[in-house]
Amino acid sequence: MAQEVRNVGQQVPQTTESGQRPAPRPVFLPPADVYETRDNIVVLAEMPGVAPEGVDITLERRVLTIRGRNATGDHAGYQRVYSEYADGDYERVFTLSENIDRDRIEATLKDGVLNLVLPKAESARARKIELKAT
Amino acid sequence: MALSEFPRLGFDPFVELRRMQSEMNRLFSGFTPTTRDFPPINIWLGDNSVVVTSELPGVTAGDVTINLQEDVLTLEGARRPKQEQDANWQRRERTYGGFSRTVQLPFRVDADKVQARFNNGILEIEAQRLEADRPKKIEIRAG
Repeated sequence: MAQEVRNVGQQVPQTTESGQRPAPRPVFLPPADVYETRDNIVVLAEMPGVAPEGVDITLERRVLTIRGRNATGDHAGYQRVYSEYADGDYERVFTLSENIDRDRIEATLKDGVLNLVLPKAESARARKIELKAT
Repeated sequence: MALSEFPRLGFDPFVELRRMQSEMNRLFSGFTPTTRDFPPINIWLGDNSVVVTSELPGVTAGDVTINLQEDVLTLEGARRPKQEQDANWQRRERTYGGFSRTVQLPFRVDADKVQARFNNGILEIEAQRLEADRPKKIEIRAG
């Protein structure tokens, strides 16, 4: 249904709009929950540290790409003395098997979790078929 | 079979074993241990203050309790799954349930001056060093 696309061992050179290459930052695969209801496909992805304006979602044909830019930077005047997690960006690609109604996609970001509701296109919805009496 | 280590035999008796080994390596390459402590914590040290940040996606302020005793900070709470009816789950990678983390801060802090805030799923706790514990410069009297 929602198949994940992995590009293993492939580093895409990232450039900013000005063509400058930013300092390398780790890119994480955000853990995600995906479920399907009768009308929608819902994706919940954990991207702590990403502000709503840092999220970039694209759907090209059936390829859904989620990107999140972590805005939390260094604490000025503070020094990191102990670290269990690193600040980085998030990226994940899924291939959807259903046709999606692109105009009604809804995305919200709350408490670092992206909630993406992808409504199935009319043609892809489950339909109940009535038996005709003969 | 051009790289066979047994040219005289004409075939490599271990080729199947090596294939299995590489297959197993491939299978487990995507495996990450899930026993990592949750939530992960970073500690930042200032002049007379300390900041503890923690990644808690999907957790709201009401879901977490912060306890401070002398220099020991405890985070406790629970992550609750979203209740959805008639959902056909395709993927469940997020983890849910209770959590508890205890960290010792580098110094005793003033419990009245602790500030905690949530910012896009990251909990940030800022605490000030106790006035009495701050290092003092001692002047040497000329004798």
